[in-house]
Amino acid sequence: MSVARSESSAADRELAVRTRGVTKTFGRGDNAVRALKGVDFEARCGEMIMIVGPSGCGKTTFLSVICGTMKADEGSVDVFGTDLVHLGGGKLTDFRGRNVGFIFQQFNLIPTWNILENASIPLLLQGQSRRKAQDAAAKLLTEVGLGSRLGAHPRELSGGQQQRVAIARALVHEPRLLICDEPTAALDSVTGHKVLELLKASACREDRCVIVVTHDSRIFSFADRIAEMDDGIVKKIHGPGQYTAQYV
Amino acid sequence: MLRLALKMLYGDVAKFVMLLGGLTFCALLMTQQSGVFCGLMLWTTSTLRNIKVPIWVCDAKVEQINEVVPMRDIEVNRVRSIEGVDWAVPLYWGIIQARLRDGSFQPVQLTGLDSATMVGRPVKMTAGNVEDLRLPNAVVVDQIAIKKFKRKGIDLRVGDTFEINDKEARVVGICYAEQSFLGQPYIYTTYERALEYAPPQRKQLSFVLVKPKDGVREGDVVQRIRKIPGLTAFTDEEFNDRTIDWYIKYTGIPISFGTVVLLGALVGIAIAGQTFYLFVHENVRHLAALKAMGAGNTLLAEMVFLQAFTVGSMGYGLGVGLTSIFGNIFLKVGEPPFFLPWQVLAFAGAIIVFICLFSATIGLLKVIRAEPAIVFR
Repeated sequence: MSVARSESSAADRELAVRTRGVTKTFGRGDNAVRALKGVDFEARCGEMIMIVGPSGCGKTTFLSVICGTMKADEGSVDVFGTDLVHLGGGKLTDFRGRNVGFIFQQFNLIPTWNILENASIPLLLQGQSRRKAQDAAAKLLTEVGLGSRLGAHPRELSGGQQQRVAIARALVHEPRLLICDEPTAALDSVTGHKVLELLKASACREDRCVIVVTHDSRIFSFADRIAEMDDGIVKKIHGPGQYTAQYV
Repeated sequence: MLRLALKMLYGDVAKFVMLLGGLTFCALLMTQQSGVFCGLMLWTTSTLRNIKVPIWVCDAKVEQINEVVPMRDIEVNRVRSIEGVDWAVPLYWGIIQARLRDGSFQPVQLTGLDSATMVGRPVKMTAGNVEDLRLPNAVVVDQIAIKKFKRKGIDLRVGDTFEINDKEARVVGICYAEQSFLGQPYIYTTYERALEYAPPQRKQLSFVLVKPKDGVREGDVVQRIRKIPGLTAFTDEEFNDRTIDWYIKYTGIPISFGTVVLLGALVGIAIAGQTFYLFVHENVRHLAALKAMGAGNTLLAEMVFLQAFTVGSMGYGLGVGLTSIFGNIFLKVGEPPFFLPWQVLAFAGAIIVFICLFSATIGLLKVIRAEPAIVFR
């Protein structure tokens, strides 16, 4: 009964991402590789959905397509009501800048900038003044426990701390879609767990959708749903705990 | 973001230093070598500044100031008869050996001035009086003679003597003269005495120095003199340009200096282009991350061009600064020649701008081609 109620309330939430028949092929002729073979997928606001599957199944390609860093060959990609497939280069860049936050496997922090500068990038890209951007970034960095190290450079921080900077950077402009690519791959088990706890606490909100691509079975328990991909399609959607129970 | 782009540039110290070094070296090589070349070209025309007259008349076969084809003395009177000529005086100019007290020789540029008017006299006397040239065996020597004689152990002063062609020459004055292309000292005397010093020849007049009457255009007088068979005439500006053109056309000097300047530019392009490309290549992942986060190609282009032009400006400034230091040292020592006109600075600046454009463009192509999705790989 409670499960049915929970499923019903999830279905009522706003649709964040909806894809239909998304295909993507790399290369041509004999060398062509069909990475995505017609992906149908939905993610709603307020949930953290993980995309899992074996290496080469198309997870990262699919993630690139739904965040608008790569164009699909066919199909529709709808993010918060915007059709990304038909959005032009400049408008797509602008859409990403305003609506998408990124957390990367290798953090992708710029080594010559301090963490305050790194975390303020999305706001600077939106044209905000340096002062405003850095104030907002400092607030978030303090929230993730790095308030005393604002002037530090990424190389002076541990992997877990760097990922916390990346989380602050991803959230500073309050994006509605948060894209995380293997956020714990470069971290040890304890740090990875802490990062996910932080992510869950700071990123998951009613108006925001978090999509995480991961191999890391230790963090499956944080997911509201798990989309299992295989051979370029979403094979199955698992409810909370189901996928973890199956494989771990 | 542009401030952060500069931080990105300065933060990679090794590449920044290499870029700066390459561009500094390039600017230094181009301006320093061009400066020496221009100085050398200036030396070729030093006679025109040491003997200041409006119009030079010479044999029709003469192509530049350092070339003397002797004429008959009668040519002076023929020139004087030309309409619009205020005055015309003879000038002897030739390279002769001077024999010093210790028996050693020193080639000198003997300059024989008209004894009545002293037209062509040294512009600046540092000791003695030029009018004393009318005294027997009198000569005025320049500062280069003092330096060259000193190198041979003779401290030449007013009142000292040496020999030219077995005839005594007594120093009555010391003047300042611009160094000539061949570096030989200028020795001034009267025209008549110069003919005594010079080896006897049927024709001995080197140039006729002319001034047009007030209100008469120099060009008109030059055209009239050119109508005299066997003679030609140039204004001092024409002669200056003609002499420099001659050295550029008929000597290997421009090729020699041009090669070094070209190598400087190529080294700059190679080092700066390669290093900047590497810099962008190593940062392409970060730039792609910025792209993914919403940075457009225009902003990235601004960042890359700002980085290229910042290091370019610094390299240019340092290179030109070092050239100025070298130039000051050269000018104090007197050798090698050095002259840095604004055209050289503009030329070097244009090359540096080209290098920056080239480097930034090849780097930018990589950034533009980079898909933001590479940040997920």
